[in-house]
Amino acid sequence: MSENELQVKKIENGTVIDHISAGKALAVLRILGITGAEDFTVSVLMNAKSKKYGKKDLVKIEKRRLTTTEVNKIALISPHATINIIENYKVIEKFNVKLPEEIVDVVKCANPTCITNSKEPVTPKFKVVEVDPIKLRCIYCNRFTTVDDIIKQFSGEEQ
Amino acid sequence: MNFKNRDLITLNDYTTEEIKSILEKAREVEKYEKTREKRTILQGFVLATLFFEPSTRTRLSFESAMQKLGGSVIGFAGPEATSIAKGESLMDTVRTVANYADIIVLRHPRMGAARAAAEAIDIPVINAGDGSGEHPTQTLLDLYTILKEKQKISGLNIGLLGDLKYGRTVHSLSVALGRFKNNLYLISPESLKMPRETIRDLRETGIEVHETQNLSEVLPELDVLYVTRIQKERFPDLEEYNKVKDAYKVNNALLERGKENLIVMHPLPRVGEIAYEVDNTKYAVYFRQVKNGVIIRMTLLGLILGVFE
Repeated sequence: MSENELQVKKIENGTVIDHISAGKALAVLRILGITGAEDFTVSVLMNAKSKKYGKKDLVKIEKRRLTTTEVNKIALISPHATINIIENYKVIEKFNVKLPEEIVDVVKCANPTCITNSKEPVTPKFKVVEVDPIKLRCIYCNRFTTVDDIIKQFSGEEQ
Repeated sequence: MNFKNRDLITLNDYTTEEIKSILEKAREVEKYEKTREKRTILQGFVLATLFFEPSTRTRLSFESAMQKLGGSVIGFAGPEATSIAKGESLMDTVRTVANYADIIVLRHPRMGAARAAAEAIDIPVINAGDGSGEHPTQTLLDLYTILKEKQKISGLNIGLLGDLKYGRTVHSLSVALGRFKNNLYLISPESLKMPRETIRDLRETGIEVHETQNLSEVLPELDVLYVTRIQKERFPDLEEYNKVKDAYKVNNALLERGKENLIVMHPLPRVGEIAYEVDNTKYAVYFRQVKNGVIIRMTLLGLILGVFE
């Protein structure tokens, strides 16, 4: 049993999100809408040692499966995250989050004068320019949307 | 090379070879324009000019270009007298107009509007300015002007002066000049520097980019000085505008310190950044740019409507 596992107890059923970029665990919780008022256990480990990345965050959530949209959102702020689905204390499925080449209708363009931020029926679409940290380029206005812009949106600070 | 039915949203969608071929075709079209040949080749074609923002040159230039080739023009010069004033969306407007016209020229205050319109309809869309975004036909006419004045569009030292942040013409133009391997001097007040997206695109072209606030320092290096207006209407804050509105003034005394064959360009309208005394000097080419604008737009209409090879 590794040092990290000792720090956070195993869960019976639920999801473990591992290899979250260090410092982004709270943003992941915001994406999942977890506030602490839930009736299930949520364990958060921040700045844990990682062989691959130096430091990482980790989140364990009891009794919860993620939707595809949630997984896609996590990929945006933490491109190396892995999702482990747990049943009866065992990992029954494990996969890496994956960034599509084009991000459609998940993120808003950070440029307030972009056509996608008007009343026009135009869905925001981006090309991925850089992966870690993420940088997107709007296919309409050509401006960048950065990881900080995305975290703000997911936290509901910017509507 | 095939231009038939293609949109022109940004020059980034066109290869350097395609841009060269448009400029070559423009030289041919300029001859027809003089001799009044081919005045009917666009007969039966309808151009719709949809201008959601004020314009003198771009709209009239497109209308003139269409009519010089025998086509006809419908459209509006402001949303006031249209259903947009009732709250109709841009998308519904272009879907409607696509039934009346063979090609649409669109100007809109929102960045990305032309791309969105082009996705919504099957007929070709030419972007005539989308907010602080792109203005590709201006870029083509600027390239054509440089080619005519300097007999080349590569290896020149070109200064872009003024509002590099909000000025859409300089965004499209700088990247195009980079693709043709010119050295660029970006001269602006600190608060109106070129957006980082454009700087990134410029670095990708592999050229030298010098950013400065000091015009007199770099002026002696320049072959071309491209002046832009500080655009009051794009400033979110009037106080910010007042701080920089008189940042640069191009006059004869200044230009005499430049190279013998320096040319001064401006997309117009100007509001004082170039003194009127410059108009009759050898430096001034900005009114010739206007003429070249009609030629370039005739060329594009002919190519996109498929009547020019």
